[in-house]
Amino acid sequence: MTSIVPKEQSSDSKKDLSTEEHEDFRLFGLIAFLIADGMTFAGFFAAYLTFKAVNPIGPDAIYELELPLPTLNTVLLLVSSFTFHRAGKFLEKNESKQCQKWLLITGALGVAFLISQMFEYFTLPFGLTDNLFASTFYALTGFHGLHVTLGSIMIMIIWWQTRIPSGRVNNENKFPFEAVELYWHFVDGIWVVLFIILYLL
Amino acid sequence: MTILVKPSGSPPEKLQPTGWLKYLSFSLDHKVIGLQYLVCGFLFYLIGGSLAGAIRVELISPLSDFMPREVYNQVLTLHGTIMIFLWIVPVVNGAFGNYLIPFYVGARDMAFPRLNAVAFWLIPPSGLMLITSYFINGAAQSGWTAYPPLSITTPAAGQIIWILSVLLLGGSSIFGGINFIATILKLRRPGLKLMQLPMYCWAMLGTSILVVLSTPVLAGTLILLSFDIVAHTGFFNPSLGGNVIVYQHLFWFYSHPAVYIMVLPAFGLVSEILPIHSRKPLFGYTTMVFSIMGIVVLGLVVWAHHMFTSGTPPWMRLFFTIATAFIAVPTGIKFFNWVATLWGGKIALNPAMLFSCGFIINFVLGGITGVALAQVPFDVHVHDTYFVVAHFHYIVYGGSVFVIFSSIYHWFPKFTGKMLNENLGRFHFIITFIGFNLCFAPQHWLGLNGMPRRVAEYDPQFQLINQLSSVGALLMALSTLPFLWNILQSILYGDDAGDNPWNALTPEWLTSSPPPVENWEGEAPLVLEPYGYGEKHLNKTQEEKK
Repeated sequence: MTSIVPKEQSSDSKKDLSTEEHEDFRLFGLIAFLIADGMTFAGFFAAYLTFKAVNPIGPDAIYELELPLPTLNTVLLLVSSFTFHRAGKFLEKNESKQCQKWLLITGALGVAFLISQMFEYFTLPFGLTDNLFASTFYALTGFHGLHVTLGSIMIMIIWWQTRIPSGRVNNENKFPFEAVELYWHFVDGIWVVLFIILYLL
Repeated sequence: MTILVKPSGSPPEKLQPTGWLKYLSFSLDHKVIGLQYLVCGFLFYLIGGSLAGAIRVELISPLSDFMPREVYNQVLTLHGTIMIFLWIVPVVNGAFGNYLIPFYVGARDMAFPRLNAVAFWLIPPSGLMLITSYFINGAAQSGWTAYPPLSITTPAAGQIIWILSVLLLGGSSIFGGINFIATILKLRRPGLKLMQLPMYCWAMLGTSILVVLSTPVLAGTLILLSFDIVAHTGFFNPSLGGNVIVYQHLFWFYSHPAVYIMVLPAFGLVSEILPIHSRKPLFGYTTMVFSIMGIVVLGLVVWAHHMFTSGTPPWMRLFFTIATAFIAVPTGIKFFNWVATLWGGKIALNPAMLFSCGFIINFVLGGITGVALAQVPFDVHVHDTYFVVAHFHYIVYGGSVFVIFSSIYHWFPKFTGKMLNENLGRFHFIITFIGFNLCFAPQHWLGLNGMPRRVAEYDPQFQLINQLSSVGALLMALSTLPFLWNILQSILYGDDAGDNPWNALTPEWLTSSPPPVENWEGEAPLVLEPYGYGEKHLNKTQEEKK
């Protein structure tokens, strides 16, 4: 057995070197990034749960969070994941008009989530610096809201880029669409965990 | 699905700068980026080293007479931060990783070249920002750990700049980590299996997993800390109901793996250098791979051994003591594998080999004090003393920095096509080794006798030992001069190295020195046995080729 296969023996030596074909692993890179991003949230969750376990706050500072609005938010995001998936199906079938319609609905749901979240902020009886719970609440929901904001902007960009005929995203160049979709599902998943930990526990 | 890529990136080649100017450009070539990391890191090493010199000058006398206490605190904070985030992490990961990994996997570039360039170009601005914070109301004063409440109560401007700078460097590190994982797992040349890769690929894979899993937690923690400083929230502020211990847990969840982020790539580099210069296969390849992955897993669950004096409950102390002691097992396996690689080999005592052997000696000493520090009773005694300073300098300087020098001596012919002067290199090694041990070995004694670290003043009974240590630091500073002279002299007038001066078998030597833009003129060679030295069939095939 030789350890080095000389150049002449290798199968396809006469290849054009200016372009090279390989598997598309951009989604793989995105998944690695999302794992990293998820670890940031994991750190926040761990901090919140520890604060809750070891730093009991005074009885005057305990607020019963209203559930209807965050439940509505959860539904909005879950539905938006579904509509995004729907848009993807139409992109595969080259039905750009339908795809754009569902993308627009997804973006609208994202914006609706942000408005509803903002409304909750304004009606809450506590501010950022009132106590440890309040600070953690705003840090967690705010960091997640930042992700939703970025996601909504990216959905709008994708919506614009799937237009016919000059849009750059289509069935042949699907990666931008897939990347935003994966990111959006990730943000949804984080919200479900956040909803359970912050509101239900 | 497959895609077509132009490896050289989008700007047409005519528009890309050539010559030395390309090292100042947004180049997408992994070799250029690797050298950018190396040179940039070395410049920061000179700055961080000067700060270390200032610390040792201050400690010549027991009083804080060379600089005021606040300045001393700023200097030690900058020294730690620069050495960790701007020198060792970028160089052992970014510099050698970018230069070598595409060769080792048989690729023409990294998986994401543009992300790679972005990751590098985050470093110089954040480093400059960190250093200039010294001139704006003073730099951060709370050490590289930035423990609250100290970091909340010291002047805010410097601390906030410190946080921003570390966040940017963390981002750069994460981008690099994602890139290495994708390159090693996805961009391998067809026919090359994971277990046939050179050991440095495994080390970088393990390191990158640690980077991706732990760095974001530090980022989140520092964001919360900046809220405490700017918006006066109370996450880590006990007077507002917060909890400082949570900061320590989150901080060390990153910063203990950070030790492995600094030293695992060094393990990989040594595993490349030793077989070549002792003409023997790397001993125990499979055990090396498993011990690296064992260190990765264990490295994530030992962080609280930095916190034995922070009121950790007994069950936690017990768990983290045992987990830490277990890390000695995979590390010991690696140590014995290196010794077995050297055993009976045809050893060339060139500077690369000398620095690698120096690494093995220093690292064992640092490792032994590490196991000692993991024991709670002993740790409680020496916590926050110079014993700890001595321990981690044996790991990060005696370990990682010795390997960086070793790697520079080893790969300089590949980088430039010129040989370094070996005698000057041996001289550099001897002064560095003596200076390093003279500087840090006495600090064990200082720590055991209770001299606290991070304080500008000390009990006069420690003066003699401190002066001894400062002489060692002076030797270390002087040792940089023959090294720099050697580099300059060799770039200008050095002997031509040829393509493969060490007769090595790893793929980066199977191309010209320095390599062409796309790494190989033709097809990438398929190297199935990167460590097949001294085996008969190899000599035969090489003769056949002639």
